[in-house]
Amino acid sequence: MTALELKSVTKSFGTAEVIGGVDLAVAEGEFCVFVGPSGCGKSTLLRIIAGLEDASSGDIIMAGRRVNDIPPARRELAMVFQSYALYPHLSVRGNMGLALKQAGARRAEIEAATARAAEMLDLGALLDRRPAELSGGQRQRVAIGRAIVRRPRLFLFDEPLSNLDAALRVATRIEIARLHRELGATMIYVTHDQVEAMTLADRIVVLRAGRIEQQGAPMALYNDPANTFVAGFIGSPQMNFLRGEAMGERAAQIGVRPEHLEVSVAKGQIEGTVSHLERLGGETLVYVHTAAHGLLTVRLFGEHDFDVGGAVWLTPDPARVFRFDESGARLR
Amino acid sequence: MAARTSLPRAIAAHAVLLSYTIIALFPVFVIVINSFKSRRAIFSNPLALPTRESFDLVGYHTVLQQGDFLLYFQNSMIVTTASLFFVLLFGAMAAFALSEYRFRGNLLMGLYLALGIMIPIRLGTVAILEMMVASGLVNTLFALILIYTAQGLPLAIFILSEFMRSVSDDLKNAGRIDGLSEYRIFFTLVLPLVRPAMATVAVFTMIPIWNDLWFPLIIAPGESTKTITLGAQVFIGQFVTNWNAVLAALSLSILPVLVLYLIFSRQLIRGITAGAVK
Repeated sequence: MTALELKSVTKSFGTAEVIGGVDLAVAEGEFCVFVGPSGCGKSTLLRIIAGLEDASSGDIIMAGRRVNDIPPARRELAMVFQSYALYPHLSVRGNMGLALKQAGARRAEIEAATARAAEMLDLGALLDRRPAELSGGQRQRVAIGRAIVRRPRLFLFDEPLSNLDAALRVATRIEIARLHRELGATMIYVTHDQVEAMTLADRIVVLRAGRIEQQGAPMALYNDPANTFVAGFIGSPQMNFLRGEAMGERAAQIGVRPEHLEVSVAKGQIEGTVSHLERLGGETLVYVHTAAHGLLTVRLFGEHDFDVGGAVWLTPDPARVFRFDESGARLR
Repeated sequence: MAARTSLPRAIAAHAVLLSYTIIALFPVFVIVINSFKSRRAIFSNPLALPTRESFDLVGYHTVLQQGDFLLYFQNSMIVTTASLFFVLLFGAMAAFALSEYRFRGNLLMGLYLALGIMIPIRLGTVAILEMMVASGLVNTLFALILIYTAQGLPLAIFILSEFMRSVSDDLKNAGRIDGLSEYRIFFTLVLPLVRPAMATVAVFTMIPIWNDLWFPLIIAPGESTKTITLGAQVFIGQFVTNWNAVLAALSLSILPVLVLYLIFSRQLIRGITAGAVK
């Protein structure tokens, strides 16, 4: 069953079109990630789903019901914000219980739901504190707890990890994945970080300039991108784009991921010089300047050593190259 | 860091601030010391501190025995606090609407409401008087409250709408998703966060109202509706002025506004934004 369906949804501010006809269906229990560069309309789309913005045209359907004219509080959804957005005047308990209280739930019911959510997120010791007394990671856990308490049909996350430091980001990411497994709820998650998208999503929706470029499972996008935009956005470090002409191919551009380039000091297809080396322990990134294609990145596993300024030859794995035409669309 | 700890700079800054403080406070100081002196001492040596010989509370006796003076005080308090309340309430509501909602004519409405900052309300005195006469509000405190509310609103809306724009959208949206009404969002989420701005507006609004002589004189000069500034004028005659009483009345009238200022200035410093966002 589809939990959420968007039918040719558009949004314009004045004459500026921000969302240009989005069609999307999200299945019950699916973890769907909207990803794209800043300004691509992914947050606006999330706010339209939440009901915080009105769509200029098109239908938003939740569990078979058209919700365009239903206010956010009655859409049975919960949202977690980048800036946490906790109520400063309420304790953690008050923050988590407010939505149920507004909905007219009984006190015992609110207490039970709050306790259950607090246990899931290990917030028991913090229940009587104010948001000002919590660290960033704790605040975001409270914000997630506030969402869980409501038992919504749909969870919305608006870049929830962007304000956290790197270690907390990984920990909270794992926590969100665990919650999704435990609750089995439908989740829509907005991020500009492709690592979050790859690690969390059942399905990634890549957006550019208010339109869906491609959607599919993370590995499907990685192994079968539809165009240069998706190919460049998914995968880190970014895919290398070679000039097709210089490679003796008919395609305008050839895409090769850094992990699919072989490097040799003796022989190979593309000649270049090592311009920089990044050793990360588990992997080594070699930046090679080539006359024909500019700067290319090679990703090697394990520890490797190359002289900066030394000559090397690169060879792409022929089974893993992607061919694109002038407009950037994939040639198959 | 070097600039902050440099001694000559600190001395220069303090010299400028101290001389400004002395210039600003000197008239107040003169009023207060002379209110404790006998009439003769006021004229013979106006800048001298009261001594054992010249100390005299006759001014305060006159003022307090005048009987109606407590009433004048009360009138001033009622007019000032009621106007302040309405300016803050309606000003904040208008500012919230202008900064939060997109609607046709939003910008024009904002400009229209800010126009009052540039056009002094006293230009409309004749029309206001005619209106008050027509509606039978002459010689009521309510008339003064209405006028002062109108007078204070433009600046309040202008300052508060800038501050309201800075309140996190996420916080308001979280409230909407949790089912809070727009009124609850405004009163429980937004207002506490703009409290420092409200205090600024309160101070700027309160002082001209308390000190105003113009509108009480024209709209409400009756004995039962006199404000303190108007009341003090009884002692200023065309031929004889009871300086002891005038100075005592002025000294007393400083007190309430000082108390109100102290209350709001504490708020000025306090901000509870910490922890709400980021």
